[in-house]
Amino acid sequence: MDVGVLTVLLMIFVLAGLVGYFVVWGVTPALHTPLMAVTNAISGIVVVAAILVAGPDIVGPGICYLMPCPHPDGMVAMQWGARIVGTLAVALCAINIFGGFLITRRMLSMFKRKGEK
Amino acid sequence: MDGIFSSDVMALLGLLAAVLFVLGLKGLSHPSTARRGNVFAMVGMAVAVGVVLLHPEMVAYGWVVAGLAIGAAVGIPLALRTPLTMLPQLVAGFHSFIGLAAALVAGGMFLREDALGSLDGRAAVEMVVGAAIGMVTFTGSVLAAGKLQGIVSGRPWAWKGRHVLNACLVGALVACAVWFVLTLGWVPFVLVVLLAGVMGYTLVAPIGGADMPVVVSMLNSYSGWAAAATGFMLEQPLLVIVGALVGASGAILSYIMCRAMHRSFISVILGGFGAEAGTQEHRDTGAGEVRQAGVEDAAFMMGEAERVIIVPGYGMAVAQAQHAVKELFNLLSGRGVEVVFAIHPVAGRMPGHMNVLLAEADIPYDVVQELEEVNPRFKEADVVLVIGANDVVNPAAQTAPGSPIYGMPVLEAWKARQVYVVKRSHRPGYAGVDNPLFSMENCALVLGDAKAVVEGLVGGLKHG
Repeated sequence: MDVGVLTVLLMIFVLAGLVGYFVVWGVTPALHTPLMAVTNAISGIVVVAAILVAGPDIVGPGICYLMPCPHPDGMVAMQWGARIVGTLAVALCAINIFGGFLITRRMLSMFKRKGEK
Repeated sequence: MDGIFSSDVMALLGLLAAVLFVLGLKGLSHPSTARRGNVFAMVGMAVAVGVVLLHPEMVAYGWVVAGLAIGAAVGIPLALRTPLTMLPQLVAGFHSFIGLAAALVAGGMFLREDALGSLDGRAAVEMVVGAAIGMVTFTGSVLAAGKLQGIVSGRPWAWKGRHVLNACLVGALVACAVWFVLTLGWVPFVLVVLLAGVMGYTLVAPIGGADMPVVVSMLNSYSGWAAAATGFMLEQPLLVIVGALVGASGAILSYIMCRAMHRSFISVILGGFGAEAGTQEHRDTGAGEVRQAGVEDAAFMMGEAERVIIVPGYGMAVAQAQHAVKELFNLLSGRGVEVVFAIHPVAGRMPGHMNVLLAEADIPYDVVQELEEVNPRFKEADVVLVIGANDVVNPAAQTAPGSPIYGMPVLEAWKARQVYVVKRSHRPGYAGVDNPLFSMENCALVLGDAKAVVEGLVGGLKHG
């Protein structure tokens, strides 16, 4: 199938948006705050992108013999910059993931039926 | 690079994570399934992080693990120790982290791709969109959190020139984005980041305190779109899926909040609503005389009633009166009085705010009812106790076509035999609108701090 990546991603995006639309309308209004907290937590999925920015190897200037580098002198510094920036993003997302899921759990544990302990 | 974890296996594990996230959200359709749903979502996250750590290009595990550990060290105490009355600001703070992370990812991708000369036009478009949405989310959420925490005044920014300024900012942002895509240079990229940061501020600044439920939901939505943008940038379907889910969720919440205020989303975003409310403090609250009642009278009436409906509002949250309310609930229930709580969708500072506070105070969720469910019951109620709410019980929304809140769905408290309104003063509510309920025959004000008054009611019931 000769379809571009962008097209496939767009299809996924639209379909996921529709799934979200129908699922979220089913959420009871009483749980709208936990809904926000749990969506906070799962939007921490940006951590995947952050890890992919922070994690890959630092390639030395030697690679510039193989491919055109716009900034051969600065490239190592730039990759280290990306690593630092990426790690910061990992930390921020992790705050959301740990904080978001825990605060959701804390809130949900308080919702009790009459007589439930 | 194939081995056990080929990229197909990884993609399928990503799909599994996405399904778990959808099931997690689905669980929130009822309190009894919600905790399981949260566990599903946690497992989904663990799968997603596990998969990316096995990515063949991954080498800097020390850095990544350090980042995760820092996040855990900050996030866990934050979630366990923050008092629930501070929840709206915490949620806004969480949105800001995602916004900033998305902007950082865009910056980091720019550094990596530019270093290796692999940047092209399409990547640049995705990068600049991710950075811009991320920065708007970031500064907007920081300001919203500041307003909710009271560090920044909750008063809307009413400067008339703000629409022109915002239009100019949008124009400049688009121009810089196009410049970046055409030249792939770092100067326009930095300009986009800065302009988007300023715009996040100027978008939230004009929106006043009680419109915060819309702002918080809107930023929730933006944080989703920011995540989706990073997904496009790194060609990660899972991020695109989650971004769309969260974006849709926030958008629906914004819509529900706007509908509950009978305002258009545009009018809330343009802001300025409630800017004049403070100046009308001493206006007469209508033609009739406003009666006042003592705490003892109210306690006596409630103790003798068969059916009582309690309408909590932001005033209950501010006074942290929910535990006193629980004691009142226990005493009344113990006497055989049927007590129900009536929640307006925009009561409080974020969607579902009141429900969480009542749940925190151990009030069972089956006596907490939403507007449509509870409205037919007001005419059967002997006593309605309104605690720190005003506009949401204003009959003018149904009877006065000229009123700014006309058409807004309200709790029909006035249909009860007797209404007591616990208020700090005679001042009108957030919308600055007179409330004819206060001068009705069957209504009396009980002036005072919500917590003190409710504790007084509890005392009155114990001794009466």
